[in-house]
Amino acid sequence: MYTLTGLKLKNPTILAAGILGTTGASLCRVAHEGGAGAVVTKSIGPIPKTGHPNPSMVKLDCGFLNAMGLPNPSYPSFFQELEIAKKDSGVPVIASIFGGSPAEFKEVAKGLLPAKPDAFELNVSCPHAEGYGAAVGSNPCLVEAITAAVKDIVSVPVWVKLTPNVSDITCIGNAAEAGGADAVVAINTLKGMAIDIESGYPVLGNRSGGLSGKAVKPVAVKCVYDLYTALEIPVIGVGGVSSWQDAIEMMMAGAAVVQVGSAVYDRLDVFSEISTGIEAFLQRKGYSDVKELIGLAHEMV
Amino acid sequence: MLPLNATIVQINEESPAVRTFFFDFQFETMKPGQFVMVWVRGVDEVPMGLSSKNSITVQKVGEATSKLFELKEGDSFGLRGPFGNGFSLPSEGEKTLVIAGGVGAAPLAPYAEAARSVGSEVHTVLGARSAGDLLFEKRFAEAGEVYISTDDGSKGTKGFVTDVLNSLNLSVYDRIAVCGPEIMISSVFRLLKERQVLEKSEFSLQRYFKCGIGVCGACCIDKSGLRVCRDGPVFSGVQLLDSELGKYARDASGRRVKI
Repeated sequence: MYTLTGLKLKNPTILAAGILGTTGASLCRVAHEGGAGAVVTKSIGPIPKTGHPNPSMVKLDCGFLNAMGLPNPSYPSFFQELEIAKKDSGVPVIASIFGGSPAEFKEVAKGLLPAKPDAFELNVSCPHAEGYGAAVGSNPCLVEAITAAVKDIVSVPVWVKLTPNVSDITCIGNAAEAGGADAVVAINTLKGMAIDIESGYPVLGNRSGGLSGKAVKPVAVKCVYDLYTALEIPVIGVGGVSSWQDAIEMMMAGAAVVQVGSAVYDRLDVFSEISTGIEAFLQRKGYSDVKELIGLAHEMV
Repeated sequence: MLPLNATIVQINEESPAVRTFFFDFQFETMKPGQFVMVWVRGVDEVPMGLSSKNSITVQKVGEATSKLFELKEGDSFGLRGPFGNGFSLPSEGEKTLVIAGGVGAAPLAPYAEAARSVGSEVHTVLGARSAGDLLFEKRFAEAGEVYISTDDGSKGTKGFVTDVLNSLNLSVYDRIAVCGPEIMISSVFRLLKERQVLEKSEFSLQRYFKCGIGVCGACCIDKSGLRVCRDGPVFSGVQLLDSELGKYARDASGRRVKI
């Protein structure tokens, strides 16, 4: 049993935001069939959004490029999906929310509260939505204000998901901590782009988007490593984790648990596979507790 | 995969609102029922069932398809795929019933042909609004017997495909493949359930696709949480029991919309 910001998780793998999280039924499936220790919903905002035109996600040799554009039905319509996930998933359900200001974040959190999410994850890191996500998440003052605004009205844990598209992620991490965050989640996608050379058109409907998957793992490991040093609160590692080895590496950098996103492309039960792999690794190495792994790399100078 | 560049080599006018676009390469591994993401550059990317290894058959319904209809031979679009699961093929000697409504005939024409080529006896119930809207009648006829229904009675039985199905003995078929508008397939679903032949059936479903590759979850159906783009678009009738089929779907924002 893993405890993270007071939540009890059966295993240290969590479904990342924006992946298979549009419906309650799908979140339940990831928990049951996939074996995730907790699930994070699609990011939900104050008004319905259809997102960017397609193509919104393409697979590259080194990872995935996406620009979904925060499509979501808004909090009043998502409420019933959250209730389904809470009722039937059997794991902690974290509501990912976004807004353009502290007031909007507050409005969405307040709207979803009665469905009893186990925690909130504040999306201040989506790299391709004008006025939202990284547009607010690269400003430390705004990150602190948003975190404080949500903390002010909820009693469940608040996680803040950080963008790596800044010169110093620890500065944003510190702001989240100062605002009262219970944990930070690092990282969201890295800005990226692909161009179709036959036509010259950028491939994504939004022209550019965010890179996830294998290619971003070293970036995520470095961000987690730095945040672990800079912050008191736990760091949740995400970015290119697709195997138990990746998860162990992320934990040695300082991640308390990991989130898994794009890797569901290969197999839905990637969560079970990773958590079983971690258990076997702990046994083989003679660790009595996963805590012995977390931040281990910092001691190896 | 990045989209392949597909050059249009031929355009067939199937009906006033439906055209088949043949392109310059073949999806050799295509299974009937699989789809491709068609990228009309600068506009949108939409899923389309393959009507053969090198063609898509498109109904003009929205912005992307309207733009597609402006393209001429020699023009190109982007293509990714083939994606998803197709219809399962019968074995030699098995009897196959194909139920196609409107542009739903597109992925079923290659299925009827493939079923015939492995030695299955193929019967098709082909429905459309009127005689001029019937798709691939010749292809289905070459694969086996065809029963026609039109809403206005301009050809075949006046009414819906279910009116034809009512007069057929469904227990003789080993496989039943269904594709068409959701209103139609949900009535067929109910009928097959009543006649206790659901376990032999497969349905192709349409939902709003965002990523198209099984990651985002925009097309997940209730209550199973199955992804239409990846776990479908073809589902067995049994998988759709107690599902949202015929009741509601989700729009691009994820909101439930009544069918």
